[in-house]
Amino acid sequence: MPNITNDEVDVVVVGLGWAGSLMSIELAQAGLKVRALERGEDRSNADFTYPKPADQYAYGVRNKIMVTPKDGALTVRHNMQSTALPTRQWGAFVPGTGVGGSGLHWTGVLIRPTPTDIKLKTYADQAYKPGVLGEGMQIQDYPFTWEEIEPYLDKFDKICGLSGNTGNLQGRIVEGGDPFEGPRSSPFPLPALEDTLNNTMFAEAARKLGYHPFPNPSANVSRAWKNPYGNQIAPCNYCGYCSKYPCLNYSKASPQTAVMDSLKRMDNFDYRTNANVLRVELHADGKTAKGVTYADGQGNEVFQPAKIVVLAGFQFVNVRLMLLSGIGQPYSPLTGKGTIGRNYAFLSVGGSTLFFKDKTFNPFATAGATGQMFNDISPGNFDGPALGVIGGAKIHSSQATGTPIGTALPAGTPEWGQGWKEGMQDWYGHSMKVSISTGCMSYREHYLDLDPTYKDPWGQPLLRITFDWKPNELKLQQHLRGIVGDITKELNPDSVSESYLDMDSHWDITKYVSTHNVGGAIMGDSPETSALNRYLQSWDVHNVFVPGGNAFPQNFQANPTALIGALTLFAAQAIKDQYLKNPGPLVQA
Amino acid sequence: MLIATQTSRRKFLLSSLIALPAMGIALNGLSAAAAAELAAPSLDSYSPIFFTAAEWTFILAACDRLIPADGRGPGALETNVPIFIDQQLAGDLGSEVYLEGPFDVNAPATLGYQLPFTAQQIYRQGIAALEGWCQAKYGQYFALLSLSDREQVLKQMQNGQVDFAAHGEPVLKAKLLFSELLNITRQGWLADPIYGGNKGMKAWIAIGFPGARASYLEWVAQHNVPYPLGPVSLTGQRG
Repeated sequence: MPNITNDEVDVVVVGLGWAGSLMSIELAQAGLKVRALERGEDRSNADFTYPKPADQYAYGVRNKIMVTPKDGALTVRHNMQSTALPTRQWGAFVPGTGVGGSGLHWTGVLIRPTPTDIKLKTYADQAYKPGVLGEGMQIQDYPFTWEEIEPYLDKFDKICGLSGNTGNLQGRIVEGGDPFEGPRSSPFPLPALEDTLNNTMFAEAARKLGYHPFPNPSANVSRAWKNPYGNQIAPCNYCGYCSKYPCLNYSKASPQTAVMDSLKRMDNFDYRTNANVLRVELHADGKTAKGVTYADGQGNEVFQPAKIVVLAGFQFVNVRLMLLSGIGQPYSPLTGKGTIGRNYAFLSVGGSTLFFKDKTFNPFATAGATGQMFNDISPGNFDGPALGVIGGAKIHSSQATGTPIGTALPAGTPEWGQGWKEGMQDWYGHSMKVSISTGCMSYREHYLDLDPTYKDPWGQPLLRITFDWKPNELKLQQHLRGIVGDITKELNPDSVSESYLDMDSHWDITKYVSTHNVGGAIMGDSPETSALNRYLQSWDVHNVFVPGGNAFPQNFQANPTALIGALTLFAAQAIKDQYLKNPGPLVQA
Repeated sequence: MLIATQTSRRKFLLSSLIALPAMGIALNGLSAAAAAELAAPSLDSYSPIFFTAAEWTFILAACDRLIPADGRGPGALETNVPIFIDQQLAGDLGSEVYLEGPFDVNAPATLGYQLPFTAQQIYRQGIAALEGWCQAKYGQYFALLSLSDREQVLKQMQNGQVDFAAHGEPVLKAKLLFSELLNITRQGWLADPIYGGNKGMKAWIAIGFPGARASYLEWVAQHNVPYPLGPVSLTGQRG
């Protein structure tokens, strides 16, 4: 039982990353009294002054600004028949914590899904013969149109100072950008970052093979930028410490650089750190929430009354809080009923490392998002139906960092001894990568629920992931391996080492993939098959909104942050325009 | 020492270290920067905080083979990698691990680390088991084996051919101790000197990594041109 009760607020926001900070500023600007509760530490730009972040061991190896497994572990199993075990150390993904959340340490690749990605089910029904796609796949459309979401994608691009080349301006294809992107209402706010050597080599080879490369759209800004909230983001200095690091140069759009300074100045907003929300408290009828209960840093349980509850933690956190609070029905893969935990999806990566004795890449001189990619292998743009696979991939050559711990060396180099030491001297800075990052479909038996055995330090059950690779994703990997092989041939390196999933691969939680976990509390048109409506409002508890990657019905090949930002802004607008006037379900079930 | 060959330099380092100094400067409680400065002069004036004398001898001898002084570039001993390892284990390394039971020690490798041990226990129990195995096979401590035997033992650990079960560790595998040791040795060689290893930024100089310079606006578009400046460290040292 809570032993402290706070003063009531209009809105309590759980988690102060991208979704939480955007929702906070939008609702505070509408005049609401907003309080954010963040489980981790406070973090301001002053904590990241040069040279503090330039420390691979602290940030890159020891995960200085990530949640610890001790506090944030999940359990994992490959199928419903086996017993899940905890993620005792991080491997395949590494969730953040603290003010800024994952928006503080992200790489800054800010790319949109395509119009086909958001209507994937419709596309699949039109383009694939029945039976071609695997049994148990349960992909769904997003519950909005491209035209409805685009203004919010555009707004988030401007909040971040998106840097890159425009590919499709209001339906007109623009040279140098991504011809497969959906029509955008305005051009990229800022020009692209400088290209590094790997970029130019990759782009030339890809173009020669008929693909359409373009610079990775970047939220590491290329020029000084003042965003719509009045926050200023400084031009990137290519410091080489980005993914897993806070920015030492105010150059990476993050809640800190893009939102928090303006937000903190508002009298009707405040936030508490070390405030770990344990559950949402519901009224007796279960139809509305009355606030949340959190554990503070002093061993108290604190009740925070609120008229509106926004769950804006990382995807896992949001789904788990819904399950712990009894919001909606837990999903059962046996009956297909229930929605909380449904449609968990991850993503797969792979690629080749190309070694060139006579080329100097200076990999340390780079922005996090530095790279070129092409989107030719996205749904509707390649021969997926003939191959019997759905989903797509980014194929890219990125150079996120040159930090030396973990440097890849040519196959055959000893792993230790004189050979390794001399290999490091011979090959550091002489390689580039050509990589794939794939979408991942949702399946009936891939889901999230509460673990029956393992608990967190607050005595609450861990979230359990049931997930493994399916033939669709593995077949896609084989196809992409061939394409990267063609590009590799064109680039003609001295040697190459490959890393792809085989057809018999199982999900390996020890190898880092990316922290783009999605689904589990998805948005949709029906309360039978989704937890949230198009405004991220719980179908079951109408004053609970749940922005985040949890809302994705499956994973597309693009990075998730652009859509998470847009969905959050779309939901905030609906709360301001509709919910405040008439609190209740915004979509009739 | 300038005329010393690589081999004699390695012998000098190891032989001077195997006989452990009774007195040393305890580094616990100092800031990492102050500790790094203190530790930087020499490995032989360092008194380990976490490791016992016997364990320290093993660590020195193992590091000397994992990143030897042989050939081009600095070895683990002349860059104080063992100090890095000791400092990490005496600090909070591993405190982040989720260690609630139950433990399924036979879980598939794809589900990751599932043992009930802290990082500190892995080294403490693992080194004891390894020394037991060396005694049984060679009648000698690891550090006193010939160079080729030491390398052979490490290879066997890496390949899972050293059986710890017969030496009191039914769950902990030699392969795990080896991979932990290899990772931390590489990390100590390449981390900022603030953590006690990479003395003089010698590893960064050898591979051509500029460390914490972290500003390359004027270099990013100069393709295929070697970067001309040496490294700087977090404390402002220049190499």
